[in-house]
Amino acid sequence: MSKLTKEQIDQFFISQFQSFESKLNGESKKPLHQVRRNAFEAFRENGLPVAKNEEYKYTNIAKAFGRNLNVEALAEEASEFTTDDIQKHFIPDLEAINLVFVNGQFNESLSHLQNLPEGLHIQSIKTAQNDFSDDFAQHFHQHSIEGADSFSSLNTAFTNSGAFIKIAKSAIIEKTIACYYFSDAERKDVISQPRNLVIAEQNSQANMLETYVTLGNNSSFTNAATEIVIKDDAIFDYYKLQNESAKAIHVGATLVHQLGKSVFNSSTFSFSGAVIRNNLSIAVHKEHSETNMSGLYFINNSTHVDNHTVVDHKVANCESNETYKGVLDGKSKGVFNGKIFVRQPAQKTNAFQSNRNILLSDEAEMDTKPQLEIWADDVKCSHGCTVGQLDKDQLFYLRARGLDEKTAKSMLLNAFASDVVNKIKIEALKTLVESKITERL
Amino acid sequence: MLSIKNLHASIEGKQILKGINLEVKPGEVHAIMGPNGSGKSTLASVLAGREDYTVDSGEIVFKGKDLLELAADERAKEGVFLAFQYPIEIPGVTTTNFMKTAINKVREHRGLEPLDAVSFLQLMKEKMKLVEIDQSLLSRSLNEGFSGGEKKRNEIFQMAMLEPTLAVLDETDSGLDIDALRIVSNGVNTLKNADNATIVVTHYQRLLDYIVPDFVHVLYDGKIVKSGGKDLAKELEKRGYDWVKEEADVAKA
Repeated sequence: MSKLTKEQIDQFFISQFQSFESKLNGESKKPLHQVRRNAFEAFRENGLPVAKNEEYKYTNIAKAFGRNLNVEALAEEASEFTTDDIQKHFIPDLEAINLVFVNGQFNESLSHLQNLPEGLHIQSIKTAQNDFSDDFAQHFHQHSIEGADSFSSLNTAFTNSGAFIKIAKSAIIEKTIACYYFSDAERKDVISQPRNLVIAEQNSQANMLETYVTLGNNSSFTNAATEIVIKDDAIFDYYKLQNESAKAIHVGATLVHQLGKSVFNSSTFSFSGAVIRNNLSIAVHKEHSETNMSGLYFINNSTHVDNHTVVDHKVANCESNETYKGVLDGKSKGVFNGKIFVRQPAQKTNAFQSNRNILLSDEAEMDTKPQLEIWADDVKCSHGCTVGQLDKDQLFYLRARGLDEKTAKSMLLNAFASDVVNKIKIEALKTLVESKITERL
Repeated sequence: MLSIKNLHASIEGKQILKGINLEVKPGEVHAIMGPNGSGKSTLASVLAGREDYTVDSGEIVFKGKDLLELAADERAKEGVFLAFQYPIEIPGVTTTNFMKTAINKVREHRGLEPLDAVSFLQLMKEKMKLVEIDQSLLSRSLNEGFSGGEKKRNEIFQMAMLEPTLAVLDETDSGLDIDALRIVSNGVNTLKNADNATIVVTHYQRLLDYIVPDFVHVLYDGKIVKSGGKDLAKELEKRGYDWVKEEADVAKA
């Protein structure tokens, strides 16, 4: 298998788009297709970002793609997964409404769409674009957002049958909306580009989880995008769990628009995969909103995890808190880039950010960069990042009480991760994350 | 119980202990005194197995075992306990959780079943009374935001929980007000019996009014230069360390 250059990959996606477009028939007359076309043009202009691009300086997705994917023989979008194949990958004991995606396409028959709680509407984008044309006209890829890049354009261009999720005004959905993205790499390499639109109407409350599973021994490339609109007084909890195969390349954009007095809580957990790039972008459009972002990457071998986050404070009286923590072993590599924009009208903003890392081996690497751009003058902002080893004095203290080295290390690492883990409000997910951490130690 | 012979130890190439000899028998309390920089805390750290120090020569035999062969946690399991001069803060680890793990590691080593939750809590309650420490403190992150006195009481609480055969108290009196000093000393005295021994490392004599030593040793320039009974401590308090230093320097010359 020959290595593809960036230009060859760009060209591959361009021809893929042309063939995709030719099969759309009547679909191509609909307003959504104009959105696809605009996004495609944006992609064609720049192509995939390369290392020269400041945002991808430490994470070269094009290179990983070119080295691993055999685009001559890709798996078809359709897959023969049955309920039995996928069920065992559901999170144990999770009270959830399970949405199943296979190779990027929303699979309604494998999903649990019967007896949805009142106030929750889930439908394929294929038909929702007609039934909810106002929502699509207003929100689907309509707001520009800092942090969206060529990958999100590429994803939008290939929008086909993602999920449209709508939480009605004042509805409280207690069960987790759990999205499982399966990539079928059993016979061939596979590309998945799932695309969702989530609208949390006024005063609603919901929680959502996204997790990715590659089945099979071939390579997968996932380029996911989920747009979330959180309207006035709504509260939305968002979780992302990454526990992927060593041949999975993942780029995921979570693009969030927050309206007034809304709360958005995000937690991202990354344990394995080949290359993972998370783009979490939040635009705060109306006052008195609160944004909380946390993340934990606990990686080893040669897993590469890059978390790029953006909070764009456009208006006054909002608050954002960000805590990302990393434990890196083996030859793993981590990247953190946290951008906070405080625009000129965004007076009285409180924005806090921290990124702390522990390297467990000499070969692990962490690149971290806080990036605050502040135009308003009456704000409270702080940031801090650290990269270090386990504290020797703490280790000795524990050992001096009879804890062997392994137990002591494990206790310290659990303690290090605990403030991020304790933010998980879903018990079943918390148990799973804790067991993943224990497994690592 | 403990036999230290001609112990030489250094840190980063700098020699600190230059030939320590000490015999400790069950039931005894030994005080190690001396001016700052004489090597008192180094001796305590070497006994506990801190890896920053290199033992260049000499031997430490504890209950018939070569202590220097054992890692810090193995020494703890054998019954060595160091009460730290500066107890470490560990955010995210509660004293309760930590003690539960530690006790069960020690019990496992002694061939005992792990304590169940109820017995553990009972034991905690009993030992908490001893050092007048509050439950809420033990549910918080280990030593984080504790006052100096609370940290030292927590050390003695841990000692009470683990019931060591050899307790080494490294300047446990430093930073303690008189009330805390009484509480801590009372804890140590209550734990004392015919089968265990205590080494009290201190700069001042005051602690020894409460924890009365059988032997007092003066450490100077990495060696024990004078040993005596409890009256030696009183004399040091009155006359300072200079006369001992002079004696030692003369002897050396």
